[in-house]
Amino acid sequence: MAEPVDSMVQNNRGSRLIAHAGLILGILIVAFPIYYTFVASTQSLQTILRPPLPLLPGKEFFDNYGEALFGGVGRIGGVPVSTLLFNTTVVALAIAIGKIAISILSAFAIVFFRFPLRMFFFWAIFVTLMLPVEVRILPTYKVMVDLGLIDTYTGLTLPLMASATATLLFRQFFMTIPGELVEAARVDGAGPMRFFFDILLPLSRTNIAALFVILFIYGWTQYLWPLLVTNRNDMNTIVIGLKKMISFADADTEWHLVMVTCVLAILPPVLVVVLMQRWFVKGLVETEK
Amino acid sequence: MSSPRVTFSNKLLPYLLVAPQLAITLVFFYWPASQAIYQSVLREDPFGLRSRFVGLANFQRLFEDPNYINSFWVTAIFSISTAVIAMIVALLLAVMADRIIKARGFYRTLMIWPYAVAPAIAGMLWLFMFNPTMGSFAYMLRATGYNWDPLLKGDQAMVLVIAAAAWKQISYNFLFFVAGLQAIPKSLIEAAAIDGAGENRRFWTIQFPLIAPTTFFLLVINTVYAFFDTFGIIHAVTGGGPGKATETLVYKVYNDGFVNLMFGSSAAQSVILMIIVIALTAVQFRFVERKVHYG
Amino acid sequence: MATISIKEVRKSYGNQEVIHGVSVDVEDGEFIVIVGPSGCGKSTLLRMVAGLERITSGTIEIAGKVVNELEPRERNIAMVFQNYALYPHMTVFDNMAYGLKIMRLPKAEIRARVDKAAAMLQLEPYLQRKPRELSGGQRQRVAMGRALVRDPAAFLFDEPLSNLDAKLRVQMRLEIKQMQRSVGTTSLYVTHDQVEAMTLADRLIVMNQGVAEQVGTPISVYEKPASIFVAGFIGSPAMNLIPAEAQGDGLRLAGGGVVKPRDVALPDAGRKVLLGVRPEHLGVVDGSGGADLAMKVAAVEALGADTLAHGHAQETGETGEMLVARLPGSTRVAVGDTLPLAIGPGMAHVFDAGTGKRI
Repeated sequence: MAEPVDSMVQNNRGSRLIAHAGLILGILIVAFPIYYTFVASTQSLQTILRPPLPLLPGKEFFDNYGEALFGGVGRIGGVPVSTLLFNTTVVALAIAIGKIAISILSAFAIVFFRFPLRMFFFWAIFVTLMLPVEVRILPTYKVMVDLGLIDTYTGLTLPLMASATATLLFRQFFMTIPGELVEAARVDGAGPMRFFFDILLPLSRTNIAALFVILFIYGWTQYLWPLLVTNRNDMNTIVIGLKKMISFADADTEWHLVMVTCVLAILPPVLVVVLMQRWFVKGLVETEK
Repeated sequence: MSSPRVTFSNKLLPYLLVAPQLAITLVFFYWPASQAIYQSVLREDPFGLRSRFVGLANFQRLFEDPNYINSFWVTAIFSISTAVIAMIVALLLAVMADRIIKARGFYRTLMIWPYAVAPAIAGMLWLFMFNPTMGSFAYMLRATGYNWDPLLKGDQAMVLVIAAAAWKQISYNFLFFVAGLQAIPKSLIEAAAIDGAGENRRFWTIQFPLIAPTTFFLLVINTVYAFFDTFGIIHAVTGGGPGKATETLVYKVYNDGFVNLMFGSSAAQSVILMIIVIALTAVQFRFVERKVHYG
Repeated sequence: MATISIKEVRKSYGNQEVIHGVSVDVEDGEFIVIVGPSGCGKSTLLRMVAGLERITSGTIEIAGKVVNELEPRERNIAMVFQNYALYPHMTVFDNMAYGLKIMRLPKAEIRARVDKAAAMLQLEPYLQRKPRELSGGQRQRVAMGRALVRDPAAFLFDEPLSNLDAKLRVQMRLEIKQMQRSVGTTSLYVTHDQVEAMTLADRLIVMNQGVAEQVGTPISVYEKPASIFVAGFIGSPAMNLIPAEAQGDGLRLAGGGVVKPRDVALPDAGRKVLLGVRPEHLGVVDGSGGADLAMKVAAVEALGADTLAHGHAQETGETGEMLVARLPGSTRVAVGDTLPLAIGPGMAHVFDAGTGKRI
């Protein structure tokens, strides 16, 4: 973040205090729902069913978490949350890595080669921005059935790997590479793929890091797609699994375990975002430009 | 002719490089999309054995269907409310963040979380807090005598999902507003201060107009988000109810097609959604690109 | 034997021809400078030799082999770019070693070559640094080092000094000259700076709008420019060009005066020509006749070592470009003076007014 001006424009103390206060309030609003859920995840079922919820974490942390992770959770057909976590991790990683790999290769081809149909391919990819899953639910599902991809990791990840945004981002970035660099590489004897691995890829590191975070989150938070494509309980992602666990009309819901699952569903992506914050924020603001 | 780029001269390689993306795009995007368009002009007979071409009849039926009109309204109210709330709160917080120096990074770190939360989960979180049976806030609302029951009252269900959707978008908007405010040259603000403008006036006359591109951009993004990414919230929290009070367009496509197996109607709805997306994306690119030219 | 042979080379973009039939034979070890104004095609010509632009017609031979269809790496050439084109994420050592790595040379040999080049260019302390930590001059040296280690048949320089400040430029061009002398590699050097061209070249190619107007040693280009363009481009301040008409024993100038340049062959009567005299070849004569032109001084530039006098001469008329005379610095001249100037013997150039070519 740029250096704040403080020399000439003295934001008076009063206004700064208000700003701090406002921000703290903002953070409370933003963080509270998560905190609430965390507290609930450490309480027993009885405590949860008798509102209001205590404000401090309870004593059932290990019991609850242990049971959720390793015992099966009844409503979702005896599948432990650890399985759900595993599935979601696989999906998120596969989507992130797959999208990056495919998009970077396409962008490389479009920017650094001249070939007939080049711009046509670019537009063909670009147009898909306008075709999110939600507008083609049924037919895409039918394709999955026809290809036998229901309830498979491939089915969960492959269709989501062709992203126009990543391709656009890489294309934008590649166009800022000076032509002389390519020429120097050619004179040095580098062919296109060598140029790609030795020079282009290292220079793209920041972009790749930023995209990785964004796409990992994207993959982790998928809802509609896994809903359509998985029937078997042990192939659910954690988000879908959570949904299946909840039924308000039914007294059987094991709320304390639901809370645990919720926390576990939130934790990994939040960690990724917080740890890779710097690249992520930069990448996000750049992507959308 | 496009810019004179330096290129490699291989003939076959570029095709191999675009092949994976193109293949996936073709199989999973274009083919289903064309199927949706095709399906939207067919109607299946009751036994699912034959389909016949019915032209635009499916579309006509949709626009005569009060439920469909309802979902248009629901979606409109939902999107506008979510976008407006999310943007105003985010802008407020961004302006506050712009005014302090210490701990800015700390605040930003704490504000980022919701980006990582799936919309569906955001919905569930708010549901936990406001669920009539066990939610603490529901308990408090009831204690004041207010009849809080989103499972029965459509309006209250809407409020709940809007709150959840907006809550999640605040952090995304916050990041962009902060970046937008930071991009304003400090010299402009200093000049205004010298001219005697106080904080509020500086905001309205300088900062706000200069972040107009960001604002517009976020408006479009938030609208698209509200249209599509919020399927999870609706599905997880209200299931479109009570009584279709929260049935958005996307939810209806899913429900009609997947659950009720009304293929033709669902396909027609998909096509309409496609047109809306194309319009929104076109707007986004037209005006966002112009933003880049403003410099 | 690393000779370069350019034979009737042409380049067109679509229907637009930009290089019109250039031919030059470069000897082994020769330093050739291609000089001309922006847009004259000099870089395009260089890049065709490098293999970065396709040749529309004609042939280019390097070391006796026709290279028209060969990729840059197959031509055994090395190039120094205007903006250095260093790989930003690699150290200086890796930048220089990259081409050798691709050629699969053994590590020990790569090390030896890079060290040797680094020593020659005084880059030893910087081998582990990245380009962004270096100054402009240092980066330029790395770019040269990258070319040196390849030990190619020819060096190709594309305006390598244009991004440096004036002082650095003077220093670096001497270093380039010395380096080329010591390794003896054939070199093609492109620049728009005629001073650079004159100091570096064994021979010059003066280019204008895609045509090689003259090929020759610096002195021959200076003393016998083949066309008006070359005459005006080489030498600073530029040569005075005065419209005239031949009349048998002399040249009639626009203002009515007749000039009879000594030791210069004159064209047939009636021919429209341009009389060319370099400012440094106009001398003040004292009083007694022998003056070819009488200049009414309109402006004076006292540079210390030289004094430049600008003005019109009666003989040339009051219109048109002013003449410039370069006089010794000790000459005292004031605006309004009338200077009697004589053209040095054999120092007049006559060009055909229509074609611009030397007569």
